[in-house]
Amino acid sequence: MVLGLVNGAFYALLSLGLAVIFGMLNVVNFSHGALFMMGAFVAWMLLNWLGIGYWWALLLSPLIVGTFGVLLERLMISRLYKLGHLYGMLLTFGLGLIIEGVFRNEFGSSGLPYSPPPEFRALTVDFGFMILPGYRAWVVLASLIVCLATWVVIEKTRLGSYLRAATERAELVQAFGINVPRMITLTYGGGVALAAFAGVLAAPIYSVNPNMGSNFIITVFAVVVIGGMGSILGSVVTGFALGMIEGFARVVYPEASATVVFVIMAVVLLTRPAGLFGRA
Amino acid sequence: MADGSGFSPAPAAAKDVLFGFTLAQLLAFGLMVAFVVISPFILYPVFLMNVLCFALFACAFNLLIGYLGLLSFGHAAFFGMGGYICGHLAKVLGLPPELAIIAGGLVAAALGAGMGWLAIRRTGIYFAMVTLALAQMVYFFCLQAPFTHGEDGIQSIPRGKLLGFFDLSNDFTLYWLVAGIFLAGFLMIHRIVHSPFGQVMKAIRENEPRAISLGYRADDYKLIAFILSAGLAGVAGATKSIVFGIATLNDVHWNMSGEVVLMTLLGGLGTVFGPVVGAAVIITMQNYLAEFGAWVTVMQGGIFVICVLAFRRGIIGEIANFLRVRL
Repeated sequence: MVLGLVNGAFYALLSLGLAVIFGMLNVVNFSHGALFMMGAFVAWMLLNWLGIGYWWALLLSPLIVGTFGVLLERLMISRLYKLGHLYGMLLTFGLGLIIEGVFRNEFGSSGLPYSPPPEFRALTVDFGFMILPGYRAWVVLASLIVCLATWVVIEKTRLGSYLRAATERAELVQAFGINVPRMITLTYGGGVALAAFAGVLAAPIYSVNPNMGSNFIITVFAVVVIGGMGSILGSVVTGFALGMIEGFARVVYPEASATVVFVIMAVVLLTRPAGLFGRA
Repeated sequence: MADGSGFSPAPAAAKDVLFGFTLAQLLAFGLMVAFVVISPFILYPVFLMNVLCFALFACAFNLLIGYLGLLSFGHAAFFGMGGYICGHLAKVLGLPPELAIIAGGLVAAALGAGMGWLAIRRTGIYFAMVTLALAQMVYFFCLQAPFTHGEDGIQSIPRGKLLGFFDLSNDFTLYWLVAGIFLAGFLMIHRIVHSPFGQVMKAIRENEPRAISLGYRADDYKLIAFILSAGLAGVAGATKSIVFGIATLNDVHWNMSGEVVLMTLLGGLGTVFGPVVGAAVIITMQNYLAEFGAWVTVMQGGIFVICVLAFRRGIIGEIANFLRVRL
């Protein structure tokens, strides 16, 4: 169950990033998994090459990967807005392949270890019936905080209201003198930074390897289909809920744990094709 | 789907000369058949058979994206499942290759019926994500099911004797079978596209609400097209497993789904010959660049990016546009 909650934390962060990017850019970011993996690798590189520890990496890695995302958006993705959805998807899929391939060449396919910061060792709680490793509790907490912060920024601040307005009617917002293209770029950077943040959080739990992103992202796509990409809060709730269901399945019937999310997706498609929180 | 129109090259008003082929298409088809017939005397037949299997796979995939505007990111499921079923039947039950291949195609079509039934409820990007997720489920099934032998895959599948008479252990004999399957599949897709059914498919791609208002059940058309596409992809996968004697997890992995998208995109979405050319280019590239290991992934990603940014019509699409014909 706890492992499920941890997975849920990652699903929530990743599907949140996808939803934010989709809302603004109308592009499904198929390179999201690769950028998640990149976040973990940047943390590893910061530690092993520059001696920068976990806490700084948690801040720096999303910044670095987010900047990379801004470059991608400016140089490539921005050229495709006038075309159909599918080209954006194909482009980001190709970008994901490139990123993954480069890291696989550089670091091989086997995992690299990244140990959790020592502060957490003391925090491990023993409930008697189960042991909650401190680091995992932190992952869930951190993910919740960041998801809530994102929600507050988008729903409650002026910047967020511009963002939501631009999602609805970009030309009109631009007519009010707001630089919409820059907002789009920053949104992409922000969504990517969320993926990288998740990557740093994941680094100590899973070994850092080039395939970690693609394994995750397909499940996250299913989560997105279940939740619908219309709502920020919806994608967070769906992410956590599905992580927990998956964790529960792992205890009850381990063979099904890998597929339970997809089965739920099928059921949702049959009953509510637009997704639980989606608008048709 | 409004943006589907971007996938077809500008339709030139050309008259059909023979069996729905325009003159240019007929010439291109003759060229292709000539290449299929002559090439085994020059190039390694096993390599060519690999190309033909993937060409059929890409043509089957193109049936959905090119003529219905539906991008499936899960076609590896059908390709791989066709291979597994064919391999299992040929090896364990000792079925002759022709029956094993047909069975592979039928099971893939049945799987396509199930996946398609779910996936056609959404369009556009959601369709892609749903097919990707469902294919991942098939992948996990293949990882755990006993008959697929998990990580090892089904090995040493016998090539057997075609109709109990032609010994397929000879590469040349097998080549003619594979070439026959490919051409039959190619012509079948051509026939589908140029039938009244195919015209309705294109109408749905261009303007779905309008096609529905004219009384066509768009969902039925989509489902049937999906099943046909899945079945042909299964035949391609089954043939490949006979050629190489193995069926592995590679063929059901999402990488394979991505590869077939790449082949079709590179050759030209919605063109008749594009998927064949794209498959030939990608397989040749994989064959000769295998020594570079993971760089092949990077190059494939690079081709994706270049195609999408600069070269959206694909190889055949650009040629057709240059010559102002439909290919």
